[in-house]
Amino acid sequence: METLASPEDPALVERLRAGDESAFASLVDTLGASMLRVARMYVSTHAVAEEVVQEAWLGVLQGIERFEGRSSLRTWIFRILVNIAKTRGKREGRSVPFSTLAGDDLDQPTWDPSAFQGPDGTQPGHWTSTTFIAGWESVPDDRLLGSETVGVIREAIRTLPPMQAEVIRLRDVLGWSSDEVRNALDLTETNQRVLLHRARAKVRRALNTYIES
Amino acid sequence: MRKKDVACRDLVELVTDYIEGALPRRVRVGVDRHLERCPGCRTVIAQMRETIWMTGTITEDQIPADYRESLLMAFRGWKSRR
Repeated sequence: METLASPEDPALVERLRAGDESAFASLVDTLGASMLRVARMYVSTHAVAEEVVQEAWLGVLQGIERFEGRSSLRTWIFRILVNIAKTRGKREGRSVPFSTLAGDDLDQPTWDPSAFQGPDGTQPGHWTSTTFIAGWESVPDDRLLGSETVGVIREAIRTLPPMQAEVIRLRDVLGWSSDEVRNALDLTETNQRVLLHRARAKVRRALNTYIES
Repeated sequence: MRKKDVACRDLVELVTDYIEGALPRRVRVGVDRHLERCPGCRTVIAQMRETIWMTGTITEDQIPADYRESLLMAFRGWKSRR
């Protein structure tokens, strides 16, 4: 299913077509950092990624008359970006296996298996009698929402495999829909969810470690 | 506990599909039933929801000012060539 355009898209598209620089600048400010990271997944250096992003923007501007709004504007921009980045990467003789981007741990459990009863337990696969997961309700808001917590989340995302990091950023930081993200990053629906699950699970674990400390 | 009950070990891997509403109906019903009587798994779901919410509070990076300026220059170039 294609994503319908966001409500603000038609106005933005019209402004771009009219050559409104502030409309362009606002898109650059919203999408720029993410576009650079996505480009960098496929090409060899940050400098090349910057060229790719610039080329993508020119492609966007040159194609904006033909944009029909069958996907959201930002998804369409990312499709252009990813195509250019992949082509450029190939030209550089760089082939990046999916597992390098997505992480090689996709079929691994996200929880420590020792938290669960083994086959000999009274309820195999259920929490052991000593597993206790404390809720975060009792943690004061200023600790939960402090700058240190933000640092913990940022660091957890920074250490994720690049595609996991980008999926959680687009979904949970920038608030894109799952359809937008899988279209933008050229992922299957299942892969989008698997990557999101791993990313969220690792951020949750990092937060829990911090909160329990 | 009946044999068909979802195990906690499996449930923790279904959390995202559950929150995303992507589980087949039958599995979803099984998860809901499990959650009714498993405080540990309820806490896992709650923590995951809070994680999503807290991740939403961080701000996106900004691109370097000189690079931003070069993109705006490219925009002006495109505009003048039209």
